[in-house]
Amino acid sequence: MEIFQTYNSVIPFYAVMISLAVVPLIILSDKSPNLREFWTIAAAVLKFILVVSLLPAALEGKEAVYSILEISPRIELALKADQFGIFFALIASGLWIFTSFYSIGYVRGNKEKKQTRYFASFAVCLSATIGIAFAANLLTFIVFYEVLTIATYPLVIHKENKEAIAAGRKYLLYTLSAGVILIAAAGLTYSYTGTLDFTAGGIFNGLNLSQNSVTILFMLFLAGVGVKAGIMPLHSWLPAAMAAPTPVSALLHAVAVVKSGVFGVIRVVGFVFGPDMMSTYGLNNILLVFAGATIILASLLALKQDNLKKRLAYSTVGHLSYIVLGAALLSPSGFTGGIFHIATHATMKITLFFCAGAIYVNLHKENISELNGIGKVMPWTMAAFTIGSMGLAGIPPINGFISKWFLGAGALQADMNIALVILVLSGLLNAGYFFPIIHRAFFCEGKGLEKYGEASALMVAPIVITAFLSILFGIFPDMFFNFFELALSVTNNVMGGL
Amino acid sequence: MIANHLPAIIPLVFLASALLIPLIGIWKKSFVYPVAILSVLSAACLSVYGFIYVLSYGTINYYFGGWAPPIGIEYVYDPLSSFVAMVINTVSLLVLIHAFRIVPSDLQGRETAYYSVVMLLLTGLNGMIITGDLFNLYVFIEISSLSGYALIAVGEKRAPFAAFRYLIIGTIGASFYLLGIGYLYFMSGTLNMNDLAAILPLINDSPTILVSLILIVVGIGIKMAIFPMHGWLPDSYTYAPTTSSSLIAPIGTKVAAYALMRLLFFVFGVEFFSVELPAADLIAAFACGGIIFGSVMAMAQKEMKRMLAYSSIAQIGYIGLGIGLANPFGFIGAVLHLLNHAFMKACLFLVAGNLRTKAGHSNITLMDDSFRKKYPWTMAAFTVAALSMVGLPPLAGFFSKWYLVLGTIESSRWIYLAVILISSLLNAVYFFRIIEKVYLKSPAKEKQGDEVVVINRDEVVSSMLIPTLILSIGLIVLGILNVVIVDQIYKMMPAGL
Repeated sequence: MEIFQTYNSVIPFYAVMISLAVVPLIILSDKSPNLREFWTIAAAVLKFILVVSLLPAALEGKEAVYSILEISPRIELALKADQFGIFFALIASGLWIFTSFYSIGYVRGNKEKKQTRYFASFAVCLSATIGIAFAANLLTFIVFYEVLTIATYPLVIHKENKEAIAAGRKYLLYTLSAGVILIAAAGLTYSYTGTLDFTAGGIFNGLNLSQNSVTILFMLFLAGVGVKAGIMPLHSWLPAAMAAPTPVSALLHAVAVVKSGVFGVIRVVGFVFGPDMMSTYGLNNILLVFAGATIILASLLALKQDNLKKRLAYSTVGHLSYIVLGAALLSPSGFTGGIFHIATHATMKITLFFCAGAIYVNLHKENISELNGIGKVMPWTMAAFTIGSMGLAGIPPINGFISKWFLGAGALQADMNIALVILVLSGLLNAGYFFPIIHRAFFCEGKGLEKYGEASALMVAPIVITAFLSILFGIFPDMFFNFFELALSVTNNVMGGL
Repeated sequence: MIANHLPAIIPLVFLASALLIPLIGIWKKSFVYPVAILSVLSAACLSVYGFIYVLSYGTINYYFGGWAPPIGIEYVYDPLSSFVAMVINTVSLLVLIHAFRIVPSDLQGRETAYYSVVMLLLTGLNGMIITGDLFNLYVFIEISSLSGYALIAVGEKRAPFAAFRYLIIGTIGASFYLLGIGYLYFMSGTLNMNDLAAILPLINDSPTILVSLILIVVGIGIKMAIFPMHGWLPDSYTYAPTTSSSLIAPIGTKVAAYALMRLLFFVFGVEFFSVELPAADLIAAFACGGIIFGSVMAMAQKEMKRMLAYSSIAQIGYIGLGIGLANPFGFIGAVLHLLNHAFMKACLFLVAGNLRTKAGHSNITLMDDSFRKKYPWTMAAFTVAALSMVGLPPLAGFFSKWYLVLGTIESSRWIYLAVILISSLLNAVYFFRIIEKVYLKSPAKEKQGDEVVVINRDEVVSSMLIPTLILSIGLIVLGILNVVIVDQIYKMMPAGL
């Protein structure tokens, strides 16, 4: 295991706070939308630059640490920009830039009400997400995790209709319950180990605990982070939350919130329990069962959805469990593949949600059965949709292939053929629920579409760019940000050598 | 010099102004409020100074009239009592600033008497906190209770009935307590707490001591409204005028909780009530019952003040649970929650008062998003306090729960752990019910025409708004800086924990 050097740096703190700092500015610029959107974009770009500036040191094995204050005796509210944290922060903050542009196009094109609240909540969500990424210990993680829950609520109920309010209630019920369970899990961990710091390889080393207490603790953790990670049967808030505006679904319900959940799963598996303990107590099998079942069931449920966003939501549930599966395999390739899937699924799924939003703003259509022939009027959008869905089905050279390849290799490494079967089956199901959409879009005749065209450039540009990124990272996974190297290196630290 | 007399000065400031106010009222009515606010302000400043003094120079033992105990009465100003005194007086100060406009409109013409009784209440509460003598404690319990009955009785039409009920139940409680200390005196020959703490271990195998413990716990439990002895509370809080309920709800029951802590931890001793007897377990079990009962009842209420009253029963349960756990984290949780809940409940009751002043009611079923438009700051303060009650980090309420969670884990009380966690969710249900209405429910449409009704901002006056906001900002500060406080709570820890 590589020994990490740490150095003190305020940059992680700034990276977390920058979007929180613009919230008052956003609220004060209520009357002039252009200025208000400028703050969002400025914060997004600055945040991304701050995160990127931490990358070179992280690649050399140096971690930036910053302790804000003590929030419980001997536990600090502390940030640590380790490789895994930077990996997640890069994705979330990078995609926030695209989402911000897209959001502007979306809310204006759709004439949404309460746009100020929308952009302000969005900024708070991003602060919380980066906080989760950089959390150095479990309590810091919980603080940001709960902030994320509350900040997302105004976005889920944004439309303020019955459906949205019901979705908001369901969302709070699931996430707040998960929050209190996580607190219990953290308390138990603290009483066993006396520390809550995330440490590669786990913090339970040398403790002799009974099988039952470890299993219960693990189940508590799993319930705590599993809600946001959409592990069945805790997933049902996610399809309901599709009542939110599409950019929210795109960034939060495909990237930030749900990825915070799987990020949490990997933190728990790799940095709290550690692979040794996972296999000694057979915890990986529990995880494997849940992940495998979720992948298959979610894909099957996706097949029957006619609402495009709901289909994407179930697809998200399935793909999140790819990542969980990667963690459960406990083999180096599997772990790498799982982590890398956080990035690949993000670029692909955000493309798909962006497309769904563009279709909604332009044609006011939400159902797949109404999409006949739209490929002709929205060629760029639907081309991007095709790329995204092919990637999720695992077709090279799109980046989804790479993560799936490594997951498959990981299944073989771990000698778990059943996992491989699940992956193959899920690939087919993915094709099964995505390709009919593409077929309708390009090969069916549509009616009454003559007067429509592409959505505004503010929306189409992000769509095309994220689709392009999916291909780019599929061919050059280390392009720009060394995502793959980061994933590999995290695995190295957790597993101790590939 | 002055510091050595602090334990006596603080209650005396209130007693003096309670006596002065009626006289001043005869002379010039407009001077009544300034005198009242001045005495609370000076008491608050003195108690902050006193807390800092005690932390740096150690406990002050004050002998009244120079008579050494056990003959004389001793006042003990130690970290715990000075801390609670500081909390009580600060919250009272904010509530009384808020009272500036609302008392004249609630109680036309009766302000003089009202403020005099408020001062008497604060005399009683401060006395309960600082005294080191069991019988003196009884006297102060009665002073605070009697003034409490009066403060409640001046409220709405049904208030006198609620106050009468409280009077009957409260008197029974006080009598139980008196009986309890009678037995103790009979056995030990002293009423001084420190003396008693030294003598009790020698005689505590006697059943008389057990009986006195039960009587004292039940007696104070009634004052504290610990489940199932809470019957007097909901009506009293609901029908009392705003200032009374904002004073009594956050600090009245807290001081009783403090008295219970003082007696159990410092007089009877941890060993005695938690190890030799199952008293601690029983208190914790009843507290948990109260947490669940209070939360469930709060969910069923349509009136905000009544909902807050039931919520208080639940929150007192948290403090009771912390006491009953009888371990360091439980103690920290209880003391911290005493502070946090004082801030949260004061803030929420002030919000209810603001709504009653402006909208004329605080009926939850009638709330809609015009409330947010009319009273944006009041509702923002409400939201912060509500999130803190639910226990979301980094607000204050999260941290008292966190320490209680650690406490339940330390003692392996899994059911209590589940109770704390479930009650968080129940809190979420009844607070989000209001938040959802206030932010999302569009007002019922007028039947005629489609004209858009313009709703203008109609916020309460700043003398009412600022205390509300200070309390809600305080919740954020207390949450983030909780370790500073917890470090001090370690110094309050009784021997044996």
